[in-house]
This record gives sequence, structure tokens and C-alpha cells, in this order.
Amino acid sequence: MNRIQEKMRSGHKLLSIYFTAGYPKLEDTVPVIEALDEAGVDMIEIGLPFSDPLADGPTIQASSTAALKNGMHTELLFRQLKGIREKTDIPLIIMGYFNPVLQYGVEAFCKKCREVGIDGLILPDLPLDVYQEEYEPLFKANGLLNVFLITPQTPNERIRKIDEGSDGFIYMVSSASTTGARDGFGPEQRAYFERIHSMGLKNPQIVGFGISNADTFAQATTHAHGAIIGSAFIKMLTEDGKTGIAPFIRSIRKSP
Amino acid sequence: MKMNRYQADERGYYGEFGGAFIPEMLYPNTEELRQNYLRIMGEPDFQEEFRQLLRDYVGRPTPLYFAKRLSEKFKARIYLKREDLCHTGAHKVNNTIGQILMAKKLGKSRIIAETGAGQHGVATATVCALMGMECIVYMGEVDIARQAPNVARMKMLGAEVRPARSGSRTLKDATNEAIRDWINNPVNTHYIIGSVVGPHPYPDMVARFQAVISEEIKWQLKEKEGKEDPDYVVACVGGGSNAAGTYYHYLDNEQVGIIAVEAAGKGVDSGESAATSALGKVGIIHGSKTLLMQTGDGQITEPYSISAGLDYPGVGPMHAHLYKSGRADFIAITDDEAMAAGLMVSQLEGIIPAIETSHAFAIFDHRTFKPDDIIVINLSGRGDKDLQTYIDYFKL
Ligand SMILES: Cc1ncc(COP(=O)(O)O)c(C=O)c1O
Repeated sequence: MNRIQEKMRSGHKLLSIYFTAGYPKLEDTVPVIEALDEAGVDMIEIGLPFSDPLADGPTIQASSTAALKNGMHTELLFRQLKGIREKTDIPLIIMGYFNPVLQYGVEAFCKKCREVGIDGLILPDLPLDVYQEEYEPLFKANGLLNVFLITPQTPNERIRKIDEGSDGFIYMVSSASTTGARDGFGPEQRAYFERIHSMGLKNPQIVGFGISNADTFAQATTHAHGAIIGSAFIKMLTEDGKTGIAPFIRSIRKSP
Repeated sequence: MKMNRYQADERGYYGEFGGAFIPEMLYPNTEELRQNYLRIMGEPDFQEEFRQLLRDYVGRPTPLYFAKRLSEKFKARIYLKREDLCHTGAHKVNNTIGQILMAKKLGKSRIIAETGAGQHGVATATVCALMGMECIVYMGEVDIARQAPNVARMKMLGAEVRPARSGSRTLKDATNEAIRDWINNPVNTHYIIGSVVGPHPYPDMVARFQAVISEEIKWQLKEKEGKEDPDYVVACVGGGSNAAGTYYHYLDNEQVGIIAVEAAGKGVDSGESAATSALGKVGIIHGSKTLLMQTGDGQITEPYSISAGLDYPGVGPMHAHLYKSGRADFIAITDDEAMAAGLMVSQLEGIIPAIETSHAFAIFDHRTFKPDDIIVINLSGRGDKDLQTYIDYFKL
């Protein structure tokens, strides 16, 4: 069983953290993973920086630009991740845009992921139909789960189709928006969380976008299996550096 | 021969190019458009209003003008399709008229657009004023500084110009910002994209709105030459909308040669170029699989051309397919060649072309034609917006 699937079976609400590889410093990728693991997060999404991240808000845009300026690139990420499985068993997902993967070669990329011990991919601009027609066998052969997004606007029948085509978890985008930290969720979001919950999907749901603190984490995970924090974590990392990681994770975990 | 080999299939593919590589957040937006655009465009009242506005507001049909002195100089029969005489000074308005009517039909109240040189921004601000709709135009911070007169025009027309401060702060980043806005405003907003780029159905929809150009060329040429088909149709290619319109009704008629003119900037191999067909590799930009200028690592690079309107790192998927299939002949023209051609057309025909368009007039040093060849060049825009660049370049 894939590490992600195994993690989904655990009883508690999962905390997943997104960060951008090669940020704040080029060599920070592995130290950040280690610090997150030590701080007790459940899953990590490693952002592969892209020049044109059109689903991202200002915080992740800025971290991507900085990481690229630091010299981050795909091959280097795999080099940095070499040996990571001797250090940690935490589920690791690479999240990025499809173009860099396409240039690396989808097959070569999947093989490298397997080699270094990546468990899944989130490629928001690789659509479900293209994935299923062209790439699914490659992902599967390399033990990679592909994670799809749904949003409050996604029609139910499409959610069912995405559920059918997924076997790790469904990434539930909290609201119609690009990535970015928000203060809280309104009645509209709560209704959406409930609607998805009542659909009884076969895949667990992890909520992302707009989660920044213990309150929003608790709200997002009332029904869902877990939540992902990205922008708020990167903001903290920018301000406090790696020493801020443990206190940040503690502050999310403490019950509100 | 199979028909429609060069048009989009129902999933928005031109050969291997096109499609909709978009994050799920955009899916409902493009899906609403995809499900409705052909039906709406086929409705008689839509067509009637579109045609009426093109006639009475834009000033169509634009003339097909036999360029006597150019023809003498280059020893061929050269016609100019005068899109420069459209209201707002370029072909861009054909598309914005179509899309604003589409937005109304879809019940949208807010319009967003991206712009590079500001031509599409002005054309969008214009139709928003015409229809009384809120208009937000994203424009790279660098371009705002370079294109002050068009920024002023947009403001005069009541649009809000929002600077795009991310990435390289030019056209591709303005497009990213417009897409992000659309993600954040999925219900009330329509995104009027400015060329035959972006996810399906945009390339096909924009091409259909611009197709009026070749629709007119056919009957106008019939009147003047007794036949609908020229030997060549020629257009400059940025994203590819004026070219798509010029080629549209000739795509599957292989008797008509297609010439696509790209901006070589300071030279195709200079590192400062926008010649996407020569320099691009298959990739994904703004939701479309196409030829794309990028690093070996898949990061999108910044193109360069003296004309801001040709300064796009990708190209519409239709054109990527025309290139790959060999249907079109692609020619890359440098800044210097384009500027010289612009001056030549000004002084031979009394028409100052936009610098984008000037590229299309520089093909005669690269290709030879027979004296009875009929060549239609799309004069996509007028040069008013570029006067300062011309003046600085020629020290006039
Ligand atoms: C006059 C003119 N021609 C051509 C272009 C290039 O765009 P496209 O390739 O979509 O026609 C522009 C873009 O601003 C323009 O203003």
C-alpha cells in the first residue's frame, strides 16, 4: 500500500504542509522536510516552482520566483531528494504545473519520483481526461497516486467522475480562488463542506486553500479528513525561517 | 481530402495542439463557454447584432485595396485588407464585439481582459463602454510604462487598468493575472481573451469572430479579380488572431498559400526574439498545448520584439499545427526589416502600419513571387500607437 493510502487510514485529522522547493534558500528543501517531519505533520507537498503559476496567489508566486532565482530546477530537486527515504517515512507529494514535467519527460519524471520515494503528484493543470488517456499507466507503474482538485463550482457528476478516477485522496479547494491565506470560512464554504461530506465519496477529502491557523484548520476538517496549509506556512517561513516551523505546527495543532 | 483538417475538433485540438490544460478552478468557467458558444453564435439574433455592430460601429466591411505602387515595386498583384480602418485602429475589435455579445448572452456583468501593447485593452474597454459593462484590464507594469497613450485611452473609456506585478511584468503575466481574476470570480465575470490563445474554446471562438476578415476577402476579391482565391494570404502572427481571421476560409483550400510572419526581434539566434515557431518546443501556456519558448527545464521565457503586440512566448494552437503540418510557410522578420518595411509602405501607399503589421510587409526579401500572383496582406492595424517608436528609430 502507498504511504498516502496508509496515512489516510489513521484516525486523526491530517495536517499537510505545502512548501516551495528551494525556498527560502536553494538547499532548504530537505531541511524543511526534516523539520516538518519532526514537528509531527502528516504529509508534505513539495512545490516544484514554475515561472507562470496561474492558480497561485501572491505568496506562492513570490516563493516560486525566488526559488527559481535561487537556481531551483527539476533535476536538482530529485538530486536533493535522493536518500530522503533513509530519513523519513512521511508521505511526500510533488505539486507543480504540468509544463516542467512535460519537458522533463513524463515517463522519466515518474521513474525519478519512484527512485527517490515520492508517493503522489498534484498537477492542477493536467486534466482528468488527458491523464486517463495518456498517463495513468505510467503513474501506476511507478506507484504514484495522482490527486485531483474539486471546487465549490464543480458539478456533482464531475465530482463522482473524479472520485472514480482517484485512489489516494481528493483535494478539496475551499473556495473559488487562487491559493492564499484567509481569515475564516463563511456559511457558503461550510455548506460546500457539508455537501461534499454527504456525497459519501470513496476517497477521503483533504481541504486546501485559505487555511492559515488553528481555527481555519478546525473548520476545514469538521467533515474532511484533513487540511493543507500552504501560503500561511510560506509566509511564516519567509518571516521566521526554519526555526519557526515547530512553533507554527504546534499552533495549528492546539485545539481552538 | 478530409475537410476541416486545420480547424479545431470538438475537443479543441488542432492536430496535437490545443485542448484545455487548466486547473479545476477554471473548469466551470470554460465549460460554460464551451457548452454554449457554438449555439449562441448560431442564433439569428446574435448574428444580426454582431453583423450590425461590425457594420455600423466598427465600419465593416473594411476595404480590400489594390496596392498599385507596392505591386509595381515587387512585381506581383498585392492587395491590402484594411483592418487598420476598423474603429480603434486594428482587427482586435472584431473579437471584442463578438465576445461582449457572448458575455451578455451568458448573463455576465463584469469583463476582464489582458493586454500587452494596449490594443486589445482599448478594444475591450471600447465595447464595455458601448454595453455599459464594468471593465478591468490587466497589463504588465513594464508595458504600462511603455504604452502610456493606450493606458490613457482605456481610462478615458472608463476601464480600470490593473498592473500585473508578477514574473516578467509583461503580456504573459497580465494573462496570468486575468486568469487568476477569473478563478476568483467564476460566476459573474467573462474573460475576453485577446487572441487565438488560451484553453478551448477560446482559440476556436476568437478565430470564428475574426473569420469575418477572410469572409470579406473572398467576395471582395471576386469583385476585383473575378475569383475568390488569391495565391497567397499573408499576416503577422503574435498570438495569431489577425492571421487566423485572414486564413480562416482558406485553411482547407490548399491552392491558397498561407504565409505567417513572426517577429525575429534582433535575430532568431540573438537570444532576443519572439519567433515562436523557430524557437519554441511543445509546451503548455495559458491552458493550451502549443509551441512555446521555454528553458530546458520548462520555465517560460520572455520573448523580445520591437512590437509589443508580437511579444508572446507562445502562439495559438491553430498556428502551431499549421507550422508542424507544413500547411503554412513561416517567415521570421527582424526589428530592422520590419521598421524599414513600415517606412516603405508609408511612403509608397500613404498608409502608416502598426509595427506588428510592418513585419508582414518585409517578406519580399525572403520569398519571390510571380508577376500574376495575387497576394493578400492583412493590414492588421494602423501605426498611430507606434509613432514614437518610429520617430525614435528613424530619428525623424
Ligand atoms: C495591429 C496588430 N497586429 C497584430 C497583433 C498581434 O496579435 P494577433 O497575432 O493576435 O493578431 C496586434 C496585437 O496587439 C496588433 O495590435
